[in-house]
Amino acid sequence: MKNAAIHLENLSISYGKTPVVFDVNFSVSEGESFALVGESGSGKSTILKAISGLAPDWTGKISVLGKPRGHAPDREFAKVCQMVFQDPYGSLHPRKTVDDCLAEPLAVHGIGGRDTRVKDMLDAVGLDQRFRFRFPHQLSGGQRQRVAIARALMLEPRVMLLDEPTSALDVSVQAEILNLLKKLRREQGLTYLMVTHNLPVVSFLCDRMAVMRHGRVVEIAEVDALKTGRLSDPYSRELYAASGGTLQPA
Amino acid sequence: MSAPLLEIENLTVTFPTSRGPVDVVKGISFSLGRERLGIVGESGSGKSMTGRSILRLIRKPGRVTADRMTFDGIDLLSQSERQMRELRGARISMVMQDPKFSLNPVMTIGEQIGEALLTHKKLPRSELKARVLSMLEAVRINEPERVANLYPHEVSGGMGQRVMIAMMLIPEPDLLIADEPTSALDVSVQAQVLDIIDDLVTGKGMGLILISHDLNLVSRYCDRILVMNSGEIVESCKASDLHKATHPYTRGLLAAMPRMNEDRDELPVLDRSTWTTGAGT
Repeated sequence: MKNAAIHLENLSISYGKTPVVFDVNFSVSEGESFALVGESGSGKSTILKAISGLAPDWTGKISVLGKPRGHAPDREFAKVCQMVFQDPYGSLHPRKTVDDCLAEPLAVHGIGGRDTRVKDMLDAVGLDQRFRFRFPHQLSGGQRQRVAIARALMLEPRVMLLDEPTSALDVSVQAEILNLLKKLRREQGLTYLMVTHNLPVVSFLCDRMAVMRHGRVVEIAEVDALKTGRLSDPYSRELYAASGGTLQPA
Repeated sequence: MSAPLLEIENLTVTFPTSRGPVDVVKGISFSLGRERLGIVGESGSGKSMTGRSILRLIRKPGRVTADRMTFDGIDLLSQSERQMRELRGARISMVMQDPKFSLNPVMTIGEQIGEALLTHKKLPRSELKARVLSMLEAVRINEPERVANLYPHEVSGGMGQRVMIAMMLIPEPDLLIADEPTSALDVSVQAQVLDIIDDLVTGKGMGLILISHDLNLVSRYCDRILVMNSGEIVESCKASDLHKATHPYTRGLLAAMPRMNEDRDELPVLDRSTWTTGAGT
């Protein structure tokens, strides 16, 4: 497959002795937005964790932008691939200001011009400059998620792993964050691998999706199949109906 | 419909802050018969506070005032704590958001459900057990015998929430307040849990107040909807007429939701300045 941003081959992941993901194969091409959907415990977040290096107990092959991913933490890897977590309340350091938080990746990687980069990034995610020296507790949920996205983008990665980026937010705030993610992808040509259980969000933001159940991928479908309700696997159809969609014959 | 089950007039909930008292619920009025009422709003809109104040669960320093708050002819405001305890559970009960934090971790599920019933009624043990098992069956738990002997950490979120519902419904209350009963659950389980609540509520002719932030979900399961924003009711309509909603806030919420068949390039975002001076996002 040419230009695969993320390529997974026979990926199995376990936590200790418990296997959670079995033989997952898929490729996300560059610039694509790919969704993983499924119920809790289906292993969708675990795949993101394995790619980002937070779940090192895996076998098979993971490659990102053509480079195979090792099991150890990898500084170079952090520059091309970053992750945004579900809970904006839990993923920011409570005693560091937004400025500290955004400048830290730059310091770690020895990148200069921090002042302007932080300012530019705040503009890019739609946060006013006055938020720069505030602490996370002074921000609302939507603003915090913007900071988390900004932090992930500081190193100018090309691949973003999004773990339920909007499920902790209100619908109106969710709309703002989804618009932001769409805009950033358009402007910077990012590749998204997003975990969610909200099918309408997939419909808005993604090109393809994989439905997971019990640690296996049961179906990979184009987003058009989702929009028209023509999913083929019985489980995906069940999920679709539960989300309030009207099924069409596959 | 006869006399309403619950009548609330000019309900205000106030919390003191360093900058003076803040009204989180600002003088709302509504009444409820034996029907399903949905209260929708975003975080901080006061919807949960409304639910809690009906059960008088607002702790000091919070203050609840109302011109009138009656439930089935009983004036809720003048009840003593002891009298309220008799009402809670037996007549009005409440399902909370997260089963993980609302079940007692060191009691088995059977004991907990039994306790809910025993608090209000003396029953012989054999009958108690039978009631518990039949209630577990009513919330569609397979193998109720086995599940009754499990501890909360041994069951899944969806099952935990069904246990909560069983516990709340076993004393056969007249009014069930469900505060975000499914937001901690998966989409596929959500529908199941709501169907169970719906079946039991309509089957027993109870009143239901479903508090949620999910407009679609509420419109599917309720007869009437109240939309709240910063402590006020901005819209009240029949669930089937939700798409005809007129208030800009309701319209904004509806538009901001991505649809299954999404063709818009950008989602419209609420312009909060037009109707509220309260804090933005």
